[in-house]
Parts: sequence; structure tokens; C-alpha cells
Amino acid sequence: MRRTMLFLPGNTPNMLINGDVLGADSIILDLEDAVSPDEKDAARILVRNALKYQKAETCETIIRINPTESGFWMKDLDEVIPYKPHLIMPTKVDSAQVVQKVSAYIAEVEARHGMEVGKIGILPLIETALGVEQAFQIASADPRVVGLFLGGEDLTADLQCKRTKEGKEIFYSRSRIVCAARACGIEAYDTPFTDVEDSEGLVKDTKLAKSLGFSGKAVISPRHVETVNELFSPTQADIEYAHDVMDAIEEGKRQGKGVISLRGKMIDAPIVKRAQQVLEMELQMLGGVSIE
Amino acid sequence: MKIVKNAVAGTLESSDIFIRVEPSEQLEIDIESVVKDQYYKAIYQAVDEVLKEFQVANGKFSINDRGALDCVIRARMETAVKRGGEC
Repeated sequence: MRRTMLFLPGNTPNMLINGDVLGADSIILDLEDAVSPDEKDAARILVRNALKYQKAETCETIIRINPTESGFWMKDLDEVIPYKPHLIMPTKVDSAQVVQKVSAYIAEVEARHGMEVGKIGILPLIETALGVEQAFQIASADPRVVGLFLGGEDLTADLQCKRTKEGKEIFYSRSRIVCAARACGIEAYDTPFTDVEDSEGLVKDTKLAKSLGFSGKAVISPRHVETVNELFSPTQADIEYAHDVMDAIEEGKRQGKGVISLRGKMIDAPIVKRAQQVLEMELQMLGGVSIE
Repeated sequence: MKIVKNAVAGTLESSDIFIRVEPSEQLEIDIESVVKDQYYKAIYQAVDEVLKEFQVANGKFSINDRGALDCVIRARMETAVKRGGEC
């Protein structure tokens, strides 16, 4: 469950070390855009030490690494992989080959350190027009890929359009990412809403993302965590209905019924699947731990 | 590793530590901290362990701590040593 993924700059200790108490399901320790080129070395060491000595216990840790065309990404992986972050987020992913290249190097570092190969997942950040068009190939590029994450800011620059709060300019990209991810049986995560002060805009944007099929959303401020968590959580009514569905299924099996209905509606496979997803989320929310 | 040039690491922001390193024949360590009375020994120990790990036996280290955790002190020391040092 990743309702919220909170970005934390990789070279800022006071945010980095408190990341796991801010309520997000995942924290993204950022070695890319939040770090200037002359501080990449310092951020890499700091993030590695945070993983080594101060690892978040109540949420998932994701490391956003530098693009594969930069001279930094392999050094990023050399430092962090031995300390087992849950996921690596490669940036500006625009082909399956980029994912495969990152995955192969992660495997090399895992093997070098005597780690089990393949345990660390990949969440590609898609933020170019080419990346959007290649979404299905990226989603199916490697078994490590757990989802697709859309980055709206770089994408709109690449599309040569203005990023707006309404988000009409990224509607196609959002839908394409969701469809590609779902076609591969993985998750889709939405771009952050970047106006920290606009809580009404955040609610609208989050509701839109959920309605399109996203599983969660990145946030750039701890102030956005509670709202996004709430909007991506099942409601009490959803949970009660899911329990009723599963109870009805059990009862139908006991009675040997082939067709089962609840509240006058037939329960078919998609309803059962949705109920199972809701109950899985309920379980994770009760446990307070977000890792899959 | 030998300290051969001036370098800095870290910042003066809260929870961080600022380290300035300069070449020197001896090893000199000067620590200032907002929590010096309570944590001087712990800060010194973290600094000393990083110096030993990288086999640094010379250099002047001017350290200004703003309440950094142990893992931050170690990270900034390692950065300072790598930036100012040569194998």
C-alpha cells in the first residue's frame, strides 16, 4: 500500500532523519533534482548512512537515483543497495532498456555484497513524452518493476505545455500510465500536487487521480500526507461492503449456490476482486505498516 | 588517506554539522557544538572513528555541530575527508 510517497531531499538531515514519523506510507530519499551537482557526493553518503544507521521502521524507503545518462547513477546504487532500500526509483525512464540496465546493475551490486539477487524493487519515474508512449514496455521490462510513477513537471516541459492545477494537459499521460500498469498487473502512482498552500486544489487533484485508477500519489510536503492518505483509503462503507461481499461468498459456497447476490445485485468476479483489495488495504492500515 | 587540500562539508542548518578541513602536519580537531556539554564525547568518538576508518593521520578539522545525529556526523566527516584527501 502506497497511498502517499513523500519526497525528502537527500542532503537535508533534519528532513531525512524524521521522514518516517510524518505519516506517509513511503518516503522517497531524493538524490536527483533536490541535490545540486556539487553536493551529489555528500547526499549519497548521507542517504547511505541514514539507511545504515537510521532506517525508517514504520514506512517504506524508496531511493530516487540520478538518470542513467548522468555520471551519478551507478555511484548512487553502489552506496545504497548494500543497505537494502525497498525500492529504487530510476528517473527519466523512456524505454525498457533503461529499466533493464538499472536492474542489471542492482543485481551486480547485490551479488558483490552477497545479497539475494532480485529482492529490491524498481519504481520507474516516467516524465517524458517518449516514456509515456513506452509505458507498457517499461512496465513489463523486468520482474523488479512494482509500478509506474508519473512525473508531471518534467513531462509538461517535454510536452511544451504549461503545467496547470486542473491537469488537462496530462490527462492522456495519466490514463496511459494507469492502463499500461494495470495491463501488467502492477500499480500506478500519480505526480505530486505542487502548491503546498492550496488544500482545496490538493483534494480535487487527488480525487481525480483516484478516479483515474491510480493507487496513490507522491507528495512534496508533509502537510499533504494526511489528505492524500485519507482520499486513497477505503471509506468505512467500502470496508463494510467488502466484508459483506466476502461473507456472502462464504455463505453461498456453504449452500452450494452457483450465483450469489447481495443487496439485490449479483456478485461477480470484479466485485470480489475489489472487495479483496479493500480488505487487504484495511489489514495494512490496521497494521500500520505499508509494505506490500 | 592524506589531507592535501582545503574542503568543506555539511551546513550550519539545524540537525546538520559543518566541517572545514585543511592540510596540516599534525591531526588537529576543534569541535564546537550547540550540545557540547552533553554530547562532546559522542561527537568526538564519531569523528575519531571516521578518521581511523579512512586512516587519516593529519589535517586540521574545524567542526561546528548544530545538533547532528551520529549518522549525520559520520556522513559529513566522510565527505570532508574524501573531498580534502588523497590516497
